[in-house]
Amino acid sequence: MSSVVRRPLLARLGALGQAADGETRTAQGLVWLWVALLALLLGLPLLAILGRALLQGDGRLGFGHFGEVLDSPGLMQATLNSFVVSLTVTTIVLPLAFGFAWALMRSRVVGRAVFRQIALTPLLAPSLMPAISIVYLFGNQGMLKSWLDGGSIYGFWGIVLGELFYTFPHALLILVTALASADARLFEAARSMGASAWRQFFTITLPGARYGLLSAGLVVFTLVITDFGVPKVVGGNYNVLAVEAYKQVIGQQNFERGAVVGLMLLLPAVLAFVLERRTARRQQAAITARAVQYTPGRDPLRDVAAFGLLSGVSVLLLALLGVGIVASFIGYWPYNLKLTLDHYDFSQIDGGWAVYFNSLKLATATALLGTPLVFLGAYWVEKLKVAGVGRQVLRFFAMLPMAVPGLVLGLGYVFFFNHPANPLNGLYGSLALMVVCTVAHYYTTAHLTAATALKQLDNEFEAVAASLKVPFWVTLRRVTLPICLPALVDVARYFFIAGMTTVSALIFLYSPDSSVSAVAIITIDDTGNTAAAAAMATMVVLTSALVSVLFSLVEAWMARRRR
Amino acid sequence: MQLKSLFAATAVALVSLSATAASTLTVYTALEADQIKPYEEAFAKANPDIKIRWVRESTGVITAKLLSEKNNPQADVVWGLAATSLQVLANQNMLQPYAPKGLGQITPHFRDSANPPKWVGMDVWAATVCFNTVEAAKKGLPKPTSWEDLTKPIYKGQIVMPHPASSGTGFLDVSAWLQMFGEKKGWDYMDRLHGNIAQYLHSGSKPCTMAASGEYPIGISFEYRGAQLKEKGAPIDLIFPKEGLGWDLEATAIMKGTKNLDAAKKLADFAASREAMEQYDKNYAVLAMPGVAKQNPFIPADYSKRLVKNNFSWAAQERDSILKEWSKRYESKAAPKS
Repeated sequence: MSSVVRRPLLARLGALGQAADGETRTAQGLVWLWVALLALLLGLPLLAILGRALLQGDGRLGFGHFGEVLDSPGLMQATLNSFVVSLTVTTIVLPLAFGFAWALMRSRVVGRAVFRQIALTPLLAPSLMPAISIVYLFGNQGMLKSWLDGGSIYGFWGIVLGELFYTFPHALLILVTALASADARLFEAARSMGASAWRQFFTITLPGARYGLLSAGLVVFTLVITDFGVPKVVGGNYNVLAVEAYKQVIGQQNFERGAVVGLMLLLPAVLAFVLERRTARRQQAAITARAVQYTPGRDPLRDVAAFGLLSGVSVLLLALLGVGIVASFIGYWPYNLKLTLDHYDFSQIDGGWAVYFNSLKLATATALLGTPLVFLGAYWVEKLKVAGVGRQVLRFFAMLPMAVPGLVLGLGYVFFFNHPANPLNGLYGSLALMVVCTVAHYYTTAHLTAATALKQLDNEFEAVAASLKVPFWVTLRRVTLPICLPALVDVARYFFIAGMTTVSALIFLYSPDSSVSAVAIITIDDTGNTAAAAAMATMVVLTSALVSVLFSLVEAWMARRRR
Repeated sequence: MQLKSLFAATAVALVSLSATAASTLTVYTALEADQIKPYEEAFAKANPDIKIRWVRESTGVITAKLLSEKNNPQADVVWGLAATSLQVLANQNMLQPYAPKGLGQITPHFRDSANPPKWVGMDVWAATVCFNTVEAAKKGLPKPTSWEDLTKPIYKGQIVMPHPASSGTGFLDVSAWLQMFGEKKGWDYMDRLHGNIAQYLHSGSKPCTMAASGEYPIGISFEYRGAQLKEKGAPIDLIFPKEGLGWDLEATAIMKGTKNLDAAKKLADFAASREAMEQYDKNYAVLAMPGVAKQNPFIPADYSKRLVKNNFSWAAQERDSILKEWSKRYESKAAPKS
């Protein structure tokens, strides 16, 4: 008994006596090593953009390039267009996703899990996939062209429709979480006071989810304003900022203007991020410990309505995914509808099948590099009790990518890693740098997943281990890692799919030897070979889907073994 | 097929690893993706010890890339880029003068006039309008025969053309209209045409592929893509507008300061050789070396006489200001709505 009490005391005394013992020094070193790594992967490239935008031809700092951009009417028009498109998509996707989330969480429709899976399938596809489907559905030779009543899909509405598909699952995931935590006592009280279902919805459900709605809205807005794939394919002559950044940098090699446009894209994203963080903090306090979990009662009318909504949206999402897949097997739309595999013979395109294998390599390497980097980083932040400042900086860096659009990060990588004075400039154009960039780009979500899993583990493990003089790396390997394995699998899957589908950052970083599928879809579509672009997009979707299923099997197997 | 490709990719990777010590040329090009492979194979047959690392983009992108790398050139050779663009580089003193073997057999006005020349032509590519007969019949559109016809109100929203800043085909159209009609009338023509254009596209091919699939009935493009799609069975007619055809040369040049000058010279020699011309002949009707070309069934026999007069040094000098003016007129406005 007495030894149990005395032991930590002794350990603490011991720690005082040799403040910088081996273990502490190692821990401090690791925290600062991660800080340095993330500074290299995120901080410096972003600073490089700022430098490039401000540095004038004569070597002094100034706002000359901003003036040029403001002076060119094309760019200002593109800025305006970007805002209008992003606002429109946000206004449409929010009620849709909210309704869908509500139907999933607050109704008793059979097969809700299936609907949920369907709603998440857009995550498996690059944003170019819906754009290609839209061409086949609503293009001038589209199957449903007559629905447009003589209008053209190229331009505003094409972009809006494509972005709806692309952003829907992102909004849904946030709103499902927001609706997951409902206090049944409120609904009971309302019912006993005779409030109608509608009144309950408007006075309890909606206000309860307002932070989720705000945060989903901000995420959608940022995704749309920085996406480049959809407007590139169906934008027609409707210029938007993201495509403009691409034109400036790739088309005209005007890096300074590209940097300015990049900063313009960064601004709304950072604003959205700050707002989102502030509301998220308040959201956590909204549910008290005494809340009773809400379970929907019997209500056939509600369930019919919910079913209608779930199936309607699901059909739309599946159409925007499926049409592109089917189109990739059609001989020569619209004149020869014979089914064929010809479009999968990528010998006529830059790089051929090699770009697909590059994608596999990129995705695998992203998962292999990203998972340990993120998990260990999260562990240092959550469990180590040293280098407080270092852990604060590390936490900031882990959250930073959420506020940085891929396009902007890619530009930063060009400026930083392609600088002649950078000793790492040999990496430029290599698959390795593209892997690093993808890990950095998707760091935040992966970090949050790992951190959540770690937070669920009682800190007593570390305390007990410390008192037994077991160094933290042993605890990490023997206890923490095995328990967190499911979260690790999640993170790995997330990184793999991100690596398969991402295009926005990589468009600036690839070289002919390291082009990947998602980038190739754009270059193929530029030549007008839409069927081959659809075929390449299909390869990406099928691969992501297959790998996703494999990961689920691994998870199920691990769960069974644990039982 | 996947397995085979994987094997091939591995083999290529291994070969390129072992060949870096010998000589690998970085070649910038704006050739069509589907043309590159036969050219590369023919070159490899003649020069098995030299490997090519291709960087392929549209004309505008490659030109911008080369210019931006002026102080630190990444390319050894440019094989298959518009002569106008190469002349821009020549004006900036970025090209290595070199007289390839057999230069004497090249038509004099299809090469740089300096001696030794800074660039040497390969073949001519020229404006061609792809016209989808099926869709035109459905919409009751008459077949246009001239550039002027394309400005008629009946074609409003029915025409696509390449963007002159990104596409070499787009630029040769604009340059030819300005040279053929004169500056004032040329811009006036484009103002009127702009009202009928549904989209300006990234590449010179896409207008014709879009016309071929009926997405838009009329695409201003070039003869190679038109003939190729027609041969595949697309329901298109190729129209060679009667005022004359804008054109440019695909040409070859060595970058000044290349570290692989010997290998680069071999590639320049090959690009001007008869074997190479026989490859170009599969795609184009007028070649820089007379007497090689065979008649293409889809291209008229008097094709070379239909080409307008093209002053490369004027086009190269004015390229920047033409593109600026074009962008000011047609890009800053909101898109024309059909």
